[in-house]
Amino acid sequence: MIEDFLKMHGKCYYSTTANPCIGGTVLDIAREGTILEKEELTTNIYEMKLYAPKIARAAHAGQFMLLMVDEKGERVPMTMVDWDSTQGWIDIVYQEVGTTTIKLTGHGVGDRLFYVAGPLGKPSRVGKFGRVVVIGGGVGVPAVYPIARTLKLQGNYVVSIIGAKTSNALVYEEKMKEVSDELIVTTDDGSRGLKGFTSDALRGLLLNGQEFNAMWSVGPTLMMKACSDVAAGKIPNSFASLNSLMVCGVGMCGACRVTVKDKILLTCVDGPEFISYDVNWKELAIRLKSYMREETVSLEMLRGADKL
Amino acid sequence: MSKVGKRIQARTRPACERVKDFNEVELVINEEEAIREAARDIKYCVAPCMNRGCPVNVEIPTMLKLVSQGKIKEAYESLITRTPVPSITGRVCQQEVQCEGSCVLDRLGEPIAIGAIEKFVGDWALENGIEVAVSSQKKGKSVAVVGSGPAGIVVASELQRAGYDVTVFEAFHEPGGVLTYGIPEFRLPKRIVRREFEKLKNIGVKLELGAVIGTTYTVDELLKNFNAVFLGVGAGRPMFLNAPGENYANIYTANEFLTRVNLMKSYKFPEYDTPLHIGRKVAVIGAGNTAMDAARSALRLGAETYIIYRRGRAEMTGRAVEVHHAEEEGVKFMFYSSPSEFLAADGINVSGIKIMKMKPGEPDRTGRPRPVPTGEIVNFDVDMVITAIGFYPNPLIPGMTPGLKTDDHGRVVVDLEGRTSISGVYAGGDIVTGESTVIEAMGWGRRVAKTINRDLSRT
Repeated sequence: MIEDFLKMHGKCYYSTTANPCIGGTVLDIAREGTILEKEELTTNIYEMKLYAPKIARAAHAGQFMLLMVDEKGERVPMTMVDWDSTQGWIDIVYQEVGTTTIKLTGHGVGDRLFYVAGPLGKPSRVGKFGRVVVIGGGVGVPAVYPIARTLKLQGNYVVSIIGAKTSNALVYEEKMKEVSDELIVTTDDGSRGLKGFTSDALRGLLLNGQEFNAMWSVGPTLMMKACSDVAAGKIPNSFASLNSLMVCGVGMCGACRVTVKDKILLTCVDGPEFISYDVNWKELAIRLKSYMREETVSLEMLRGADKL
Repeated sequence: MSKVGKRIQARTRPACERVKDFNEVELVINEEEAIREAARDIKYCVAPCMNRGCPVNVEIPTMLKLVSQGKIKEAYESLITRTPVPSITGRVCQQEVQCEGSCVLDRLGEPIAIGAIEKFVGDWALENGIEVAVSSQKKGKSVAVVGSGPAGIVVASELQRAGYDVTVFEAFHEPGGVLTYGIPEFRLPKRIVRREFEKLKNIGVKLELGAVIGTTYTVDELLKNFNAVFLGVGAGRPMFLNAPGENYANIYTANEFLTRVNLMKSYKFPEYDTPLHIGRKVAVIGAGNTAMDAARSALRLGAETYIIYRRGRAEMTGRAVEVHHAEEEGVKFMFYSSPSEFLAADGINVSGIKIMKMKPGEPDRTGRPRPVPTGEIVNFDVDMVITAIGFYPNPLIPGMTPGLKTDDHGRVVVDLEGRTSISGVYAGGDIVTGESTVIEAMGWGRRVAKTINRDLSRT
């Protein structure tokens, strides 16, 4: 699809060299947000390749993008899992959980999303740390993948721990294996790898006397908090990529605010990566629960419309 | 009533009716009314409205004369030499302290309803599809305008009309900046903003949405591709009270609340996907224009709404007419009240505020009595809070642009004509002043557009 698409539309990538397309030709903007590929990785978890040259050209590990499925949609942040600046695409992985993601799945290859913007947030603070541990849970595994890949490229010794509820919900195992020196898999029910949580595996490594200079974790709030608690006092640098609710994504609305070291910061522009030991996890969990009732209403309406 | 005649009253929808929807509160006057009102202008007036009252020096006497003669198209053409969007400025300017506030007739009787006439002329031009004249002489130079709010609109319009190639970069999916995400539909219908942008496109302005300058493109990259870059990114980062409990669920900043309601159309949830908690009893902290907009929006969503302000009635910074409208619609005011802590009975959702009662003290820096705590604390039950206590300049571009000088408050430092510390980069509006009004930002836009034109004509 990508090759056909590029053949059809010619190559007008965003570049900073002479006579670039910065500022956007009409054609470019008309194609931005087109779905190039869509794959169901496992039940309810999808990978989508989007044509977004101006985002891809500037993307860094740890950053995210915003999309709106249609004119009436929400502005939803998505971690960029992979990208290619010359071909002009980005990959996202999402779990179908609510109105937006169900609508997203309803779109297929060739369809165009209403709006995409990015890259957003600060790049991950990857660098040469030596021995590092990278932890991903659920759809946090694809999200942590570009961080692990960059760390590996930078010459770190990468130990990865990835986890899911059951083996069927586990994604990106192969990809993580490619960029890790060691890979540990956990499932809550023991259907694959170790039985337990990623934080249990981390505790095991540390009890065995393994040492790490840095840790990254991306996943559910509870998982990141648990890993942070286990690592406290043992791993000097610990980073977590937060999943706050967002609206604007550019630092003006304050929806994604989080208390870090007693200061109110914004996940979208000050993060999404913060030093995990400084994050007020309890507050983050509270704010994530803000719209549980409304989300049900929205879903019910969507499902009702489907029945008609 | 004196010999200068009675001022036309724009029809305002009755409070009991308008609180049920988000439709415009003040209706536009008709042509006959506009002509009659414009004819009240007196001869030989020195026009303090234009010279002292208006930040962009709209040629008000000319407009009034043309309108009084029924030459609406000509009046529009005169207007847009100073404000490219009269249908917007006619709605959101603080006329009572600017043009109308300095009107000679204000002292003789009642000031001319300049705002209502301007709004009529602007809407008339939109409805009749009046095209804007563009210089036939192309300059062969390009300008990047960052931010599509009031300052950016003016720079884009003036420079495109002068023969430059202008591209406007906007991060959101709709252009307009604060006109779109901030000012509610009932004060400024979004169809008006959209139509003004269609007009900009018609004269050749390019608009790129979803472009976040600083990350999507850096200022440096823009400089390599455009002859000049204008930064008009506003003051959008909300201030926080830093009171305990401020981050419980259902505590919004005014920016988040208004963005959800205006930009994302949450008031039509679940038809639109963006959710909004609708409180039964809402406290809005602050008493500026943003607070009034938030309170009146909350009211329309069906909430019992309170403005909580640490100073007194006379010290409110909101526009008098907005305060009046809010009160008329049923917003209740609690003065000399300062939130000291937010409470959540279930540990998640806000359920109340601890309010410190204040009293007026010695005058402070602003000349207003400083609010002093009395020591008396009252508990106030609410199920939603909106904080509207002010904004910082947007930090995204300054943070991502090495060499761009800012002051202690994060404002971009410019010379008197809008040049920043980086050659070829200009700035204006709230990113420079901190926090101001739509028309002040437009005044900056005019000033900087002139500077850019002058600088680019030299090279």
